[in-house]
Amino acid sequence: MYDLQYSKPSSVNDAVAEIKKSSDAKFLAGGMTMIPTLKARLSSADMLVDLKGSNLSYISVSSSEISIGSMTRHCDVASSSDIKGSLPALAKLAGGIGDHMVRSCGTIGGSLANNDPAACYPSAVLALGATVVTNERSLKADDFFEGMFETALNEDEVITEVKFSIPEKATYIKFPNPASRYAMVGVFMVKKSDGISVAVTGAGENGVFRCEEIENVLNLNLALDALNNIQISHDDLTSDMHASAAYRANLIREMAKQGLKDLI
Amino acid sequence: MPDGGSTGIGASVKRKEDYRFLVGQGNYTDDINRPNQTYTYMLRSSSAHAKFSLDITKASEADGVVKIFVGTDMDVGSIPCGWQVDSKDGTPMREPAHPPIAKDKVRYVGEIIAVIIAETLEDAKNAAELIDVNYEDIPVIIDMQEALNNANGLVHDEIESNVCYDWEIGDSEAVDKAISEAAHITTLDVRNNRLIPNAMETRSAIGDYEHSTGQYTLYTTSQNPHVIRLLMGAFVLGLPEHKLRVIAPDVGGGFGSKIFHYAEESIVTWASNQIRRPVKWTSDRSEAFISDAHGRDHVTSVKLALDKDGKFLALKVDTLANMGAYLSTFASSVPTYLYATLLAGTYTTPAIHCNVKSIFTNTVPVDAYRGAGRPEATYLIERIVDKAAREMGISQVDIRRKNFIPVDAFPYQTPVALQYDSGNYNATLDAALKKADYDGFEARKAASAKKGMLRGIGFSTYLEACGIAPSAVVGSLGARAGLFECAEVRVHPTGSVTVFTGSHSHGQGHETTFAQLVSEKLGISTDMVEISHGDTNNIPFGMGTYGSRSLAVGGEAIVKAMDKVIAKAKKIAAHIMEASADDIELNNGNFEIAGTDKSMSLADISLAAYVPHNYPHEELEPGLDEKAFYDPLNFTYPGGCHICEVEINPNTGEVKVEGMTAVDDVGKVINPMIVEGQIHGGLAQGIGQALLENAAYDSNGQLLSGSYMDYAMPRADNFVDFKVGNEVTLCTHNSLGVKGCGEVGAIGSPPAVINAVVDALSELGVDDISMPATSEKVWSAINNAKNKN
Amino acid sequence: MEISVKINGKDIKADIKPNTLLSTFIREHLNLTGTHIGCDTSQCGACAIHLNGDAVKSCAILAAQADGSEITTIEGIASGDKLHPMQQAFHENHGLQCGYCTPGMVMSSIKLVENNPNISEDEIRKGLEGNICRCTGYHNIVKSIKQAASVMGG
Repeated sequence: MYDLQYSKPSSVNDAVAEIKKSSDAKFLAGGMTMIPTLKARLSSADMLVDLKGSNLSYISVSSSEISIGSMTRHCDVASSSDIKGSLPALAKLAGGIGDHMVRSCGTIGGSLANNDPAACYPSAVLALGATVVTNERSLKADDFFEGMFETALNEDEVITEVKFSIPEKATYIKFPNPASRYAMVGVFMVKKSDGISVAVTGAGENGVFRCEEIENVLNLNLALDALNNIQISHDDLTSDMHASAAYRANLIREMAKQGLKDLI
Repeated sequence: MPDGGSTGIGASVKRKEDYRFLVGQGNYTDDINRPNQTYTYMLRSSSAHAKFSLDITKASEADGVVKIFVGTDMDVGSIPCGWQVDSKDGTPMREPAHPPIAKDKVRYVGEIIAVIIAETLEDAKNAAELIDVNYEDIPVIIDMQEALNNANGLVHDEIESNVCYDWEIGDSEAVDKAISEAAHITTLDVRNNRLIPNAMETRSAIGDYEHSTGQYTLYTTSQNPHVIRLLMGAFVLGLPEHKLRVIAPDVGGGFGSKIFHYAEESIVTWASNQIRRPVKWTSDRSEAFISDAHGRDHVTSVKLALDKDGKFLALKVDTLANMGAYLSTFASSVPTYLYATLLAGTYTTPAIHCNVKSIFTNTVPVDAYRGAGRPEATYLIERIVDKAAREMGISQVDIRRKNFIPVDAFPYQTPVALQYDSGNYNATLDAALKKADYDGFEARKAASAKKGMLRGIGFSTYLEACGIAPSAVVGSLGARAGLFECAEVRVHPTGSVTVFTGSHSHGQGHETTFAQLVSEKLGISTDMVEISHGDTNNIPFGMGTYGSRSLAVGGEAIVKAMDKVIAKAKKIAAHIMEASADDIELNNGNFEIAGTDKSMSLADISLAAYVPHNYPHEELEPGLDEKAFYDPLNFTYPGGCHICEVEINPNTGEVKVEGMTAVDDVGKVINPMIVEGQIHGGLAQGIGQALLENAAYDSNGQLLSGSYMDYAMPRADNFVDFKVGNEVTLCTHNSLGVKGCGEVGAIGSPPAVINAVVDALSELGVDDISMPATSEKVWSAINNAKNKN
Repeated sequence: MEISVKINGKDIKADIKPNTLLSTFIREHLNLTGTHIGCDTSQCGACAIHLNGDAVKSCAILAAQADGSEITTIEGIASGDKLHPMQQAFHENHGLQCGYCTPGMVMSSIKLVENNPNISEDEIRKGLEGNICRCTGYHNIVKSIKQAASVMGG
């Protein structure tokens, strides 16, 4: 790891002020991607601004909405009885990220800001139409993700909270990469009053995406066998040493077929 | 942690070595730091094949840098290969020079091009980034078929071919004749996938030269410190044994990858004299992926001729074996003497011929990895037997029974050089069928089908040759070293015992198993025994641990040394008790005069030996400390039956191991708990090879699976409870009757897994699937079969 | 920068460079070499420790982040000569071979069991996703954790 400075301000405002002081400063959330990346010298920072002191770890649940502070760890989301009660798919998703030690550190805000194309959280945020709240504004999920490792966040902008409206039903099914255990394909499916939405992670050349092919079918016919014969287009799907685009397309359908049981 | 009850042969004595590991007091190489130590970072080639030049001017001036060495600075010998294999035309193998630091050309991604020594590792890494490397790329040679015809150029210009040797064994004419006359021929092309050993402790080395004495010490992660002393001292650095001490302390797993002499060991040892300070290097995991010797990587065509009843008549094998860019220590022997000689397996196949071409490519050197050659042989035998059975409509069990070497045929001379001493392949098969509940398989298959799942069962009735020795034989086959073992048994004045062994434990539990040998033979508790290993200054000599040889060769050496101790102790006892030595019997640790109640304990005798007031000085020297070298008469031949059961989701291709049964004959079992543990670990590596692991290169010679993000290491949830059992036939040529258990799990299991996958898919018409059988591969096979139908 | 931590019950103040990993701090500054490094992508779990009551991977955390924390390493879980039930169970069930992954396995498993006292075999296998062992095939590790769970729960 290159030399760097470290600070842990005690509020979001202080953190933003701190980050503005230098040209190559970075926010540090749970660090589960950031630290290994720095360690491998794949990235560098002259200053790490740790958000841990900024009181951003909380979960609050109302009848219609869940608000999660950006520094809330995966293990806290996974074990929250409120979330398990109102949006169990999200708790399940969080409980399947990395391993239990990663979940003790990794945070929802860190995961979203990084927008790894194989991360789990982006699929939930996109499918649920969540709102990503920053120190500057509120961003709709559709506007937040801008491709692999790219988001709408400005320099010096920091996620403070994620708001999920509670749907009728939701589910998350993941087919893990046998090596990294990240999602080779992860499908988050939501049934809301205005229809079905389905977001896919792990498979898109441009990161997480909404799978309209599946949504269209299910909006017409939400039945257990509705997806049996659909073909998912391979266009814009990732091909790598672990899985071809064709295989990923198949997995999207198969994971969605499994998930369908939870929506009906 | 005191052990209760018997601590002799056959007891599952809890391990003596556990405590230090459990409380975090293991002493691994990277845990060691020397006063005034420097840290080194190896700058490695990012190009697979290139002429290169570098400029270290700026880097040399960077903060904390002590010294930077490049290839031309290190004018030493070539890293040697320990085994010379001759081609069938009699010419010796092509042996390219292998400098520790590349001089002007690199031949694989990961080859060392500069050594940066600094006050801290971060300083060294910072400086490395300031080194200007200029690569002039040369076409990269990755594919063995392409390498074969030299079409894309040469890995080594000076040796005019990419073929290291073109070797054969067996009677080609007899095989061709049998094939031309056979009622049935089965053919198969298999690839034995390249693996990366991945011992959890990465390699590490500290060179420590003491100028005042001229003494070099190398601390290293090795399975065989004496071998490193020989290879590095005699061949690379020109250092005599008495000035070079090699210490391999606690070592965190080896699986073969820590047998070999690596460049880094020579570099830190040599550099510590150049800079007159200790030099430490520890590999990162990502560095390990491109610098530890890889394993396997064979491409093979195989043909099996059978008569109309399914009796094997002949086996013809053609193999291309990847050597990587340079010859690692044992590389040349793995696809020849550890592979082709095993092709009879457990069967009476009368005619066998095997041709092996070993090939240089622009990849990391390939060498022995758990099983080394024997898994490759077993895989193709057990796969083609499986395929032949399917083609001929014979059951998997029957075709094997029909061809097993019968129990009364031992010693059995195979057509490929080896002579098996003992075995009972029906016994291990019978026991495994029972343990795996073979009779219940059809019901389980039906239950799976009900869920929409495919279920299959696969067999492997394998054999292996281990206890790697005898020196005379391996010498005649090209080994440039002996393969005996040495032990010293020191009985201390008060009767406790230290055993100095040339074997090296890096997880095998020698400190317990060897102590049990002493407990059994000398009648003292294992608590009274300490096993010392891993330091060339303490141990008289050693050839180390690999090829499941520690007990069969190293353990037997301990027995020989104990025999000498007992013979001497009897003479001492006879003198003190005024009897004839011939009348002294050793019972439960007491040296008794037969037919009387007079006896002395080992402690009584050892005290007399070290305080020799009343002592037969004219006949014996004082002390009770004996050494033995043991060079066996033959390999040992464990064998057994592995049965795997899998369930496959046809929609995703995902293969789930539902059952893994192994019944092995590893000869006499000293510690059943430890033997089972060895087999569990081997099975996991075998299943890993079959379903998960693969070292993949792209056409530019970049390793695609270069970290745990991309190389699928087996995790706990990839497995179920293993069912393990054993059936014993004794080795006939060592006194313990032991064979060896370190590798059987990894040797026997891969074909059982793949045979199970093929079995599950056979109803769709699939008759082969390559390793690793990833979910996509299985899914594609299912789809292709469906489209065909 | 200066940090203070309580490690294995002992208060420590240290002057460190901010880019020091917690694992480096533990191994090289405190000479607690039971915490091991087996990979560089935070997957093998050999570096697992307890940080403020959670099992974490110390190779993916800066020492600076641990300022003010309470840390337990493998050296700190036995009571005198009496092993922690998890250590004892690994011994009794031959849950270790080369010993390299063992400290991380033990530290990780203790939290798996503490967080789920009636843990099932499937949950153990799944729970070990972040700990890689190359020697044991996990068979006896799973057995060890089952035994420890019964001791720790009861």
